[in-house]
Amino acid sequence: MGNIIEFDNVSFRYEADIEGEMLPLAVDSVSLGIEQGSFVAVLGHNGSGKSTLAKLTNAINIPESGKVTVDGMDTSDEKLTDAIRRTVGMVFQNPDNQIVATIVEDDVAFGPENLGVPPAEIRQRVDDALKAVNMFEFRKSEPHKLSGGQKQRVAIAGVIAMQTSCIVLDEPTAMLDPNGRREVIATIKKLNKEMGITVILVTHFMDEAVQADRVVVMDKGRIIMDGTPREVFSESDRLIAVGLDVPQATQLAAALIKKGVQISSDLLDENECIDAVCELLRSK
Amino acid sequence: MKGIAIGQYYPGKSLLHKMDPRVKILLTLVFVFLIFFCKNFWALGLMGSFLLIGMLISGVPFKMLIRSLRAILFIVLITAVLNLFYVTDGNVLFPNTFIKITDKGLYTAIFMTVRIACLIIGSSLMTFTTTPTMLTDAIERLLSPLKIFKIQVHTLAMMMTLALRFIPTLMEEIEKIMNAQKARGADLESGNIIDRAKALVPILVPLFVSSFRRAYELAFAMECRCYTGGNGRTRMKQMKLSWLDLLFGFAMTSILAGVILLNHYFAHLI
Amino acid sequence: MPIISLKNLTHTYSAGTPLSVSAIENINLDIESGELVGIIGHTGSGKSTLVQHLNGLLKPTEGKVFIDGEDIWSNKKKIRSVRFKVGLCFQYPEYQLFEETVYKDISFGPKNMGMSKEEIDLSVRRAADYVGLRHDLLNKSPFDLSGGEKRRAAIAGVMAMNPKILILDEPTAGLDPKGRREILDMIVDYKKKTGSTVLLVSHSMEDVASVATKILVMNKSQVAMYGSVDEVFSRADELEKINLDVPQITRIFLGLRKRGIDVSADVYTVNEGCSRLLSLLNGGEC
Repeated sequence: MGNIIEFDNVSFRYEADIEGEMLPLAVDSVSLGIEQGSFVAVLGHNGSGKSTLAKLTNAINIPESGKVTVDGMDTSDEKLTDAIRRTVGMVFQNPDNQIVATIVEDDVAFGPENLGVPPAEIRQRVDDALKAVNMFEFRKSEPHKLSGGQKQRVAIAGVIAMQTSCIVLDEPTAMLDPNGRREVIATIKKLNKEMGITVILVTHFMDEAVQADRVVVMDKGRIIMDGTPREVFSESDRLIAVGLDVPQATQLAAALIKKGVQISSDLLDENECIDAVCELLRSK
Repeated sequence: MKGIAIGQYYPGKSLLHKMDPRVKILLTLVFVFLIFFCKNFWALGLMGSFLLIGMLISGVPFKMLIRSLRAILFIVLITAVLNLFYVTDGNVLFPNTFIKITDKGLYTAIFMTVRIACLIIGSSLMTFTTTPTMLTDAIERLLSPLKIFKIQVHTLAMMMTLALRFIPTLMEEIEKIMNAQKARGADLESGNIIDRAKALVPILVPLFVSSFRRAYELAFAMECRCYTGGNGRTRMKQMKLSWLDLLFGFAMTSILAGVILLNHYFAHLI
Repeated sequence: MPIISLKNLTHTYSAGTPLSVSAIENINLDIESGELVGIIGHTGSGKSTLVQHLNGLLKPTEGKVFIDGEDIWSNKKKIRSVRFKVGLCFQYPEYQLFEETVYKDISFGPKNMGMSKEEIDLSVRRAADYVGLRHDLLNKSPFDLSGGEKRRAAIAGVMAMNPKILILDEPTAGLDPKGRREILDMIVDYKKKTGSTVLLVSHSMEDVASVATKILVMNKSQVAMYGSVDEVFSRADELEKINLDVPQITRIFLGLRKRGIDVSADVYTVNEGCSRLLSLLNGGEC
């Protein structure tokens, strides 16, 4: 399958503050293709440019140089902005600041209403979207009475109802508790695997990135690593050097290797780690 | 804080709940007008019984309806007292004491009080049976003819919806900020007015900062969902007139006729 | 004598109405001076309600709170002084910043305490040092700081009151791994330097395991467990039952034990885990 989003040598900087000093590039000469139907995690510490990158995908940010294309459409062409946002939906970090209506189902309907979808079809889309994120029973609830994870799932339903082919989530779990995080990640995986929606997940949680097909690591506006979770996490030293973390299982393997123990460096979770250690002990 | 209700909607499935909100708003306006049009107890009694039927149909507990009066209790009392003492014609009730209250004054006071009570309960009945979203939607649709005067009806309605949406969020936020500053020893309870006003600064500044940030993020989120104003939008929830609305409209018309008739027939207050 | 002592503490929101909910129920707890207590539990388990009782922001519906042996509600008018003794730093504390300069903001607490100018200056600078905030940032507007710096400035605002007990509600929420690590190190360092008692509310077992001396587990308005890190994590099955995890490294060792490998599972950091496995591999005992 082809790429739905294409970054071609893209740079971007934010406008200078009042003092007029030019800010450094937030995204620096990035080239990246996002394959249709894939699940890509973008990792990076705060200020690494990962959120800026996300906002370049649907014409919130327009590149200073280089070109971003979505389904062949150039994001710098204002006439295409609407069409681009019908293709790439976005979910933000703070669940409160993206829900516009006082009732859950009205909020999910907001996007399709803006697109001018006929009423009966909106109803259908809203019900389907709420079922997809497992929030159908809360359709009549008031958003402020929901938990963070539930609100975030409503926000995701709002994007699904627009039937975008790609969804970009900018640190959707940063403000949630562990249960909320689990709910949201499970929902995202389902969108990708069952509905075939392309997912770009911006995060700094390693355990979330592990679930993706591909992990892109950013530092100082550049892409410094790009590969499968296994490839990326096996280089734990490099990740830690740019302010990131690796799962404890991977850390343990790395620490053992340093002491000269022959163990695989790409262990992602505890079960793989337990298997590997048992293997070691048996062969001893 | 999660218990805050937006507006004062009371969920239910009564006929009043099912009525088209546009009709409900119009009928409420007619009702308010008629209340002021009533010239005597007979007419007011007719209105009162109509209201009572409405209250019964709505299924909203009487207690809650009566409670909506509490907010304006002060105004009601002032009106009653003023009428009681300022209306001086009529027969003096307690001739041998210094209290100069006339029977006419007493009637007027009661009349006024009942009138305000009917007014408040009548309009609360509308807000109790209509969700805030329906209400703003209906207002938008009712005012849509104003578009020809280039008035941005949709924008106004959107602003109302967003305000309703964010009131509970901001209430929660105020509570959080207050607690945080209290934990740093802020004294919000004592001192004179100036001290208290000064004590608000540590609460208002963070509140404004965060409200602006919210507004900014919300605007982004709305743009990402292809919001470009009212043009070309459709609505999931359609409003359709039904026999029910006709029925209520007919009832209101007959009451209008009744009030005119009673006003004409009885020249005096009682 | 414990520095914090709770006797039959109960708090009910909207007491006496049909909406009443017990947030905490009949809690008895003693915390000794100098501990670093990690408080863990799900959202709604009562941890926030519990900590807001310790500095008198919430008044118990029933029961008593003793700080330093003193019933904090014995004199209602003195409740403000309790807040200086027990510093409480809320989640996302950067949302409380309001002054023109960072210096003024940090001095808000000390000023409310009625400290002299010199004392304020000393406290502000010391607090800035505790959180690792460069002194040249003190004259900047707090709104010009980066996210991480704002967080530090806000925490300094509580530390500047020189509280005997410092409570931090999820001080690492929303930070990236490096930022989290730095804040946790800073907390350990602060405790070492000042000898104060620190309570740390957190969702992350890994974080708590790496810094705490004691762990308090809240579940359904009750104290489910209170004890040393070893004691609490040795009850992994019970923790699992209330849907809380032990650190991944501990889970690995529990997994090894289940496979019949003779190794004890009281491992809470990667370094401990590594050395334990090494000695196992080298045929040693553990």
